[in-house]
Amino acid sequence: MKDTVDPYVTEDGRQIGGVLMEMKNITLRFGGVVAIKDISFDIREGEVRAIIGPNGAGKSSMLNVISGFYNPQEGEVFYKGEKRPPMRPYQVARLGIARTFQNIALFDGMSVLDNIMTGRLNHMKAGMWKQAIWKGAAEREETENREAVEKVIDFLEIQAIRKTPVGRLPYGLKKRVELARALSAEPSLLLLDEPMAGMNVEEKEDMSRFILDVNDEFGTTIALIEHDMGVVMDLSDRVVVMDYGKKIGDGTPDEVRNNQEVIDAYLGVSHD
Amino acid sequence: MPTEFLYGVEVVLNGLMAGVLYALVALGFVLIFKASGIFNYAQGVLALFAALTLVGIMEGQVPFAHLINAIFGTEIHHFGWHVPAVLAILLTAAVMVLLAWCVHNFVFRHLVGQEPIILFMATIGLAYFLEGVGDLMWGSDIKTLDVGLPQGASFWLEENTAFLGGEDFYGFFIDKLDMVATLVAALLVIALVLFSQYTKQGRAMRAVADDHQAALSVGISLNFIWVLVWSLAGFVALVAGIMWGAKSGVQFSLSLIALKALPVLMLGGFTSIPGAIVGGLIIGVGEKLFEFLIGAPYLGGATENWFAYVLALIFLVFRPQGLFGEKIIERV
Repeated sequence: MKDTVDPYVTEDGRQIGGVLMEMKNITLRFGGVVAIKDISFDIREGEVRAIIGPNGAGKSSMLNVISGFYNPQEGEVFYKGEKRPPMRPYQVARLGIARTFQNIALFDGMSVLDNIMTGRLNHMKAGMWKQAIWKGAAEREETENREAVEKVIDFLEIQAIRKTPVGRLPYGLKKRVELARALSAEPSLLLLDEPMAGMNVEEKEDMSRFILDVNDEFGTTIALIEHDMGVVMDLSDRVVVMDYGKKIGDGTPDEVRNNQEVIDAYLGVSHD
Repeated sequence: MPTEFLYGVEVVLNGLMAGVLYALVALGFVLIFKASGIFNYAQGVLALFAALTLVGIMEGQVPFAHLINAIFGTEIHHFGWHVPAVLAILLTAAVMVLLAWCVHNFVFRHLVGQEPIILFMATIGLAYFLEGVGDLMWGSDIKTLDVGLPQGASFWLEENTAFLGGEDFYGFFIDKLDMVATLVAALLVIALVLFSQYTKQGRAMRAVADDHQAALSVGISLNFIWVLVWSLAGFVALVAGIMWGAKSGVQFSLSLIALKALPVLMLGGFTSIPGAIVGGLIIGVGEKLFEFLIGAPYLGGATENWFAYVLALIFLVFRPQGLFGEKIIERV
């Protein structure tokens, strides 16, 4: 009964709450190109929500709308029950929506630890001068933030590389550091743009495990984009399927798998 | 100790002090370059503008006096008050922050994402514009800047080091202003390093320097950081302007000291704060020593004018990223 908005408990014992974010009739255009056409869906507290679709379906655009990198021409975004006005990405981040990028956006010149610490920027309230002279509130805050960051580092098993400049890390680890930075912000909603793109089977399994653990242990709501159908079906509670900017399916992995339109979009149809 | 050697030491000391002043200007370049990838040609003019404003405020000059007089036929030049140095410096710092805000919002905000060469051209435009505005605001005559810094040779040092040498050694001759400049530069660098390493804004600044998208995604406002960076550059320019202005008067050739910062940057690397310091010291000591050992005795002197540039050329050939610059490695 996943169409109702009543809270329920999943088979593996996770608590799914009310609607956290709702996208209503979103349309996004770039000049004459319509990237997203009148799409509506919601994300509920505590669930893993996947957005899938073939190349160019508008998945990343959708994620960019949620995270404020694009503002749609039409439609409304509701977050925690309130209508969200058009915002800049940094303002969205301050609302507690963290994200990762398809082609990794890290601070290459900074160490892993420093990178993850930037995720805590919005948890630092002490003034500039207090921080500079390292007194009272600022010191306490820094300690708290370090603790939160260390917890994330332990959780994602990257203790060994914490002092390494990110630029030197291999691809798979960079992806993990990016996840760590997003997590350290303790987001209400975590957006993952193709977290497993370009990884080998083993790395994919690791990443899947981390995503499930994050959801399970911290109760973080996760919306992710993924190409790999198998991965998506295992990970997510509900799936939105997009094709050519339109929504062609929405439901549990099983429902989606058996949807004729989805099968057509993924496998192709003969036109005779 | 042989007198020759002691003179050599004195030359090195003086070179170090001169180097500190070069480093001060170079620092401003590095700050902006690191955080925004803009090579700020206007940094020297920024120092000039800061010095002009400081003198103007201290002397109670009416800004745009010539313009106002020309339009309204009035004869006002001075408010008739004198502002104490400390207050004037604070006011000038405020003006530099305001200027930073204007520079970002009227110029560079609209050029985000453009090619570096376009940003560079914009800073050239900014340099000439600021020079003009400085002229219009405060007039073009040479002014003396006296914020109460000690000037002239330190006799104390001279008397107390005279015993080191023999009959014809009179002790080290070092300008007190140079010593103050060294102290101020050291404090400034420590403050900047503390700021960029340990404060939220400093961390955000380094983040923006590295990746805009990622910075946005962790909740950093790019516009705020850029205004902050220009303000810092303005502040460093103010310090450099005070030191150079006190040393050689506030005049429009002050903006040319920016050119001296170029070889410093090539030596130290465009992205390194310690590099700017060390580069400045090497150039300062290098040109004084070269003049003392080779230039004056064998080449007819005046080598200080070109030594730094030749050194920079040599560096460009053998180590283009400078001593401390980021290595240019491309992962394929």
